[in-house]
Amino acid sequence: MSAPTGITRVTLLKDLRLEWRSKDAINSMLFFSLLVVVVFSFSFDPSAEESRQIAGGLVWVAFLFAAVVALNQTWARELRNQVLDAYRVSPAPANSLFIAKTLGNFIFVSVLEALMTPLFIMFYRLRALGPAWPLLLVAALGTWALVVNGTFFAAMSLRTRSREIMLPLLLFPISIPALLAMVQATTSILNGEGARFWIVLLATYDLVFTTVCLLLFETVLNAE
Amino acid sequence: MTAPVPVITATNLIKQFGRFAALRGVSAEFAGGKLYAILGDNGAGKTTLLRTLAGLNQPSSGEVTILGAQKFHDICQQVGYMAHPSLLYDEMSGMENLEYFARLYGITSRTRCAEAIRAVGLDPELVRPVGQYSQGMRQRMSLARALLNDPKILLLDEPFSNVDLHSAADMVRLLAGLRDHGKTIFIVTHQAALLEGAADEFVWMEFGKIVERTRDLKRLEIAGESPRGQSQ
Repeated sequence: MSAPTGITRVTLLKDLRLEWRSKDAINSMLFFSLLVVVVFSFSFDPSAEESRQIAGGLVWVAFLFAAVVALNQTWARELRNQVLDAYRVSPAPANSLFIAKTLGNFIFVSVLEALMTPLFIMFYRLRALGPAWPLLLVAALGTWALVVNGTFFAAMSLRTRSREIMLPLLLFPISIPALLAMVQATTSILNGEGARFWIVLLATYDLVFTTVCLLLFETVLNAE
Repeated sequence: MTAPVPVITATNLIKQFGRFAALRGVSAEFAGGKLYAILGDNGAGKTTLLRTLAGLNQPSSGEVTILGAQKFHDICQQVGYMAHPSLLYDEMSGMENLEYFARLYGITSRTRCAEAIRAVGLDPELVRPVGQYSQGMRQRMSLARALLNDPKILLLDEPFSNVDLHSAADMVRLLAGLRDHGKTIFIVTHQAALLEGAADEFVWMEFGKIVERTRDLKRLEIAGESPRGQSQ
């Protein structure tokens, strides 16, 4: 049997190939985020100071909602033609699938963030008062927090009748500590303040929830 | 003469979905190197039995032993499974699909994938995505996927549905050949007549139970079942 890392790699490449051909997730996420940026920019006309205060919340809530679209898509394509059963009857470990899916979603949401961030900066005239590079760390940790739980709960709601509704119902409450840390860290960095506490909190959140998801995923995958 | 060693033993297998019992105490032994046709009306429990053997359904009670193991994961390398849906990604070509699934079994050889595709009568060079295949081609590619890991046991659910008669006859010949090479094959089908002369045993299911096992399809007709009537 292939090493689990090899299976993770081929599964991730397969997902990237499928997304490249269908563009289901990335298109839906982009349009959704674009709408949020444009609608909010018309609704408010914040000053530079106000933008720094609200940008953290606005950006992360937009990314959270957009990520849900990608997270639903990621498992939907495994349900079409019941392809997931082919994985389940194979000797491939369940966690290889989970890690590949999480990495795939991480890439999709990161691409979205990379494309949308310049627009956010432009529309809201954002300028950090201190060094902005810690935002990259917050973005990486925050995105991982969203996608690791999102991938897990999307798998959990896979066999429910209204899974599009189930996913946010399960995901949003459990993401509140991470979302709080992401928003606070972003706002602190934009205002030139230290964000060490929030970044450590986010890293701890990631570590705990990644471990829990890895421990439980096989049970979720084989649930009937 | 000693009886052949069973490769699959089901003991008082019960599978319930909520209040509905899809399997109601299936007990049976299946010897190796034979081709079994599992027949029965819709809702008789054929697919549930196959999915339970494939480890996709956990029995509510009772147990299954396959090749001496009670945990499916221990012997999953030895089993090939084909479901009614194709279990293939529509956006990828047949070869891309097979290369991916081969890697799940630790197979890295592209030649092996090409052999499996040729064995079912398709062209490995076909670059069209599976979503653009005809239903019959999809069924055959699905069979190729099940054959990839050269399994000892093949569990096939409706392999001939939507396949034209000529292609179905080809598939039967291929499966009979695999049986002759020692593989044990289970085929759930509504087209029993296709397997007349190829199947070693016809297993008739009713209301979640195996009610008749015979080598002669005609016996099922005499007993009042209608396996032939189901075909096409």
